[in-house]
Amino acid sequence: MRGFVWRGGLKPALLALALVMAVPVHAVQPEEMLADPALEARARALSKGLRCLVCRNENIDDSDAQLAKDLRVLLRERLVAGDSDEEAVAFLVDRYGEYVLLNPPATGANILLWIAGPAMLLAGAGIAFATFRRRGSAAAEGLSEEEKARLAEILKE
Amino acid sequence: MIVELGHFALILALAVAVIQSVVPLIGAERRNAAWMAVADPAAVVQFLLVAFSFAALTYAFVVSDFSLSLVVSNSHTLKPMLYKISGVWGNHEGSLLLWVLILSLFGACAVWFGGNLPPQLKARVLAVQGMIGVAFMLFMLLTSNPFWRLEVPPLDGQDLNPLLQDPGLAFHPPFLYLGYVGLSMSFSFAVAALIEGRVDAAWGRWVRPWTLVSWVFLTIGIALGSWWAYYELGWGGFWFWDPVENASFMPWLIAAALLHSAIVVEKRESLKAWTILLAILAFGFSLIGTFIVRSGVITSVHAFANDPERGVFILLILGVFMGGALTLFAARAGAMEAKGVFGMVSRESALVANNILLAVSAFVVFFGTIWPLVAELVFDRKLSVGEPFFNAAFSPFVVALAAILPIGAMMPWKRGDAGRAMRPLWPVLVLSLAVGALVWAMQTGRSALGPVGVILGLWVGFGALADFWARTGRGGALAGRVARLGRLPRADWGKMVAHGGLGVTIFAVSAMLAWKTEDIRVVQVGGSYPLGPYEVTLVDVREEAGPNYTTTMAEMRVTRGGADVAVLFPEKRVYPVAGMPTTEAAIDYGFLRDIYLVIGDPQDNGGWAVRSYIEPFANWLWGGCILMALGGLLSLTDRRYRVAAGARRAPAGVPAE
Repeated sequence: MRGFVWRGGLKPALLALALVMAVPVHAVQPEEMLADPALEARARALSKGLRCLVCRNENIDDSDAQLAKDLRVLLRERLVAGDSDEEAVAFLVDRYGEYVLLNPPATGANILLWIAGPAMLLAGAGIAFATFRRRGSAAAEGLSEEEKARLAEILKE
Repeated sequence: MIVELGHFALILALAVAVIQSVVPLIGAERRNAAWMAVADPAAVVQFLLVAFSFAALTYAFVVSDFSLSLVVSNSHTLKPMLYKISGVWGNHEGSLLLWVLILSLFGACAVWFGGNLPPQLKARVLAVQGMIGVAFMLFMLLTSNPFWRLEVPPLDGQDLNPLLQDPGLAFHPPFLYLGYVGLSMSFSFAVAALIEGRVDAAWGRWVRPWTLVSWVFLTIGIALGSWWAYYELGWGGFWFWDPVENASFMPWLIAAALLHSAIVVEKRESLKAWTILLAILAFGFSLIGTFIVRSGVITSVHAFANDPERGVFILLILGVFMGGALTLFAARAGAMEAKGVFGMVSRESALVANNILLAVSAFVVFFGTIWPLVAELVFDRKLSVGEPFFNAAFSPFVVALAAILPIGAMMPWKRGDAGRAMRPLWPVLVLSLAVGALVWAMQTGRSALGPVGVILGLWVGFGALADFWARTGRGGALAGRVARLGRLPRADWGKMVAHGGLGVTIFAVSAMLAWKTEDIRVVQVGGSYPLGPYEVTLVDVREEAGPNYTTTMAEMRVTRGGADVAVLFPEKRVYPVAGMPTTEAAIDYGFLRDIYLVIGDPQDNGGWAVRSYIEPFANWLWGGCILMALGGLLSLTDRRYRVAAGARRAPAGVPAE
């Protein structure tokens, strides 16, 4: 698991500006593709969720790195051998670790990541509602003594 | 010599910024008019000095002065002039100088256009702006000086990354930076208001234009970057949830929330503390974005460890400004008592919902972006967070936002009635659902994303039109209402155009994700293949030479039913100096679809690998972004910002609508 650092000859700042660090892509090559369209469709769909380990945030379907090609071929071999989608992915995770998954599984600490959004939404809605209730009841109480006095004054005039 | 002058000007600018951040602040505290008045000339002089410094660096790039280390690593004599100039900011050091240039420009703008600001507020705003300038100029001079000379200059440079040698990307960073840095103005106003301990309608009216300007620039910057990724990277995508993209998206979302909540402060004197917090967070996310991009920490923890100096410095800047501002906020926010009360069903409530959804969605992007780092440092798990996560975790917020937007936009201030707000929207809802159902029926077996996107896009887009039409008054003669359209305030026009643009964008994104056609195959020269309703022929492949690259160029003819549609020339370029290949996709832009062709490698049996896409409604995506930016600009030209923007009105007289 040592190969994750970008080793291109470019400066990090350039890379950063380039938004996506891929060297231009040829991605899936025609000769890699499986003859069976159903199987190939499964392979393509799975590829989009698997990370090219040496690239920046790129899936193996889009990447033209040699390793991505190897993974594409490997994945297709597993599918041809009769693996289910889950088995084929599990095989790659066994080999390369969960780093290969672009969709982090909601297990262990990752649960925090998955519930962070909904939890914040609930908290935000809760705070807004509580604030509203407090303020709303204040408004419902009507005029303060001072305001009543002022109103009486106006009405008198 | 010019380079040394530029270097010196930058050091002087730092000195001026130090004065700007101290003297006016003390002056405002002691109500000393002379000390406060220092802020104005200081901000203008700082801008002029930084501008001179930037011009000096640009000059070095234009004349290819290879005694400058930065020019050597980012330029080449053969490079076209446009890219020599864009090379100034196509690197770490130069882009920071651009950052500081824009920062000081905004400071100077506050002087030029802020004549009607109360002197104390203005002095404090400029002082805070000066502090940000000090921090970033120190960062540059200490860790990333663009003016370092080489003892032995080489004969030629190492060229700019060829991916960056593109008009779309030449202008992408400046726009993005205008947006990022513009949010520093909102931040300075927020901090100044906290120091003063008061926020009123006038404050909201001053803050909103700056936020609006930043948001417009961010919108354009992000759209340019996305467009560049679409046509340059060659696999037909437009957004990749890359950390660097997220870095620009988070401030955009928060700025969108801020420019809505500032309306509530301005019109209703409510949500004051929340608006201040958003202004702090918006700039905070800009700094976080800068940190992510500049430190390389997200790419790899190891990259950060290799060169920790810069990352730590930005983290320090982030810590000082966010820590300071949030502490101040905690101490003073209680004093921001709201004036206007509002009912549960009202435009204020709708804008609160808008704010919560936008802010939470920004945080979802934030968590996803930093999670790999947290997981590795804290839980010792090496994992990735990519597109599938963001699609699943982010999209629901967009759907919710789009669903409530038209209803919220119709709500009156203070107290509303959902049934009444919905009345003009029923036809829109029926239309959207009907078209959605039709699409659903026509595309059996494909992603549900398409129909859902159609429904949301139509709902938001036509909802904006219905809202606009309703502004002309209920009932009455048609001619009269049409005549009234022209007299509606620019803010109403802006709202309609921006919301309509959002609808178009939502529709286009869903359409591209759901209905893209893809074809990958080997084609012999002279051979042809079907692509959707089209027939594509690979006519020829030849080698040619460009100014600083060589290219393999294919000629491909696209026909439909025998009639010519387009002749396209996808290329594969090699830039020998940088030693990098790039793919130039060839695109036939159309109103309803783009035809997108990419030439790959030659095959052993003599053919060429070819990738082809039909990208439905691709231009609508950029069109939607342009509409959003245009809406922002229209709103910016509203009369209330041009006339008497400064008058602190007696807040009691704000009408309900």
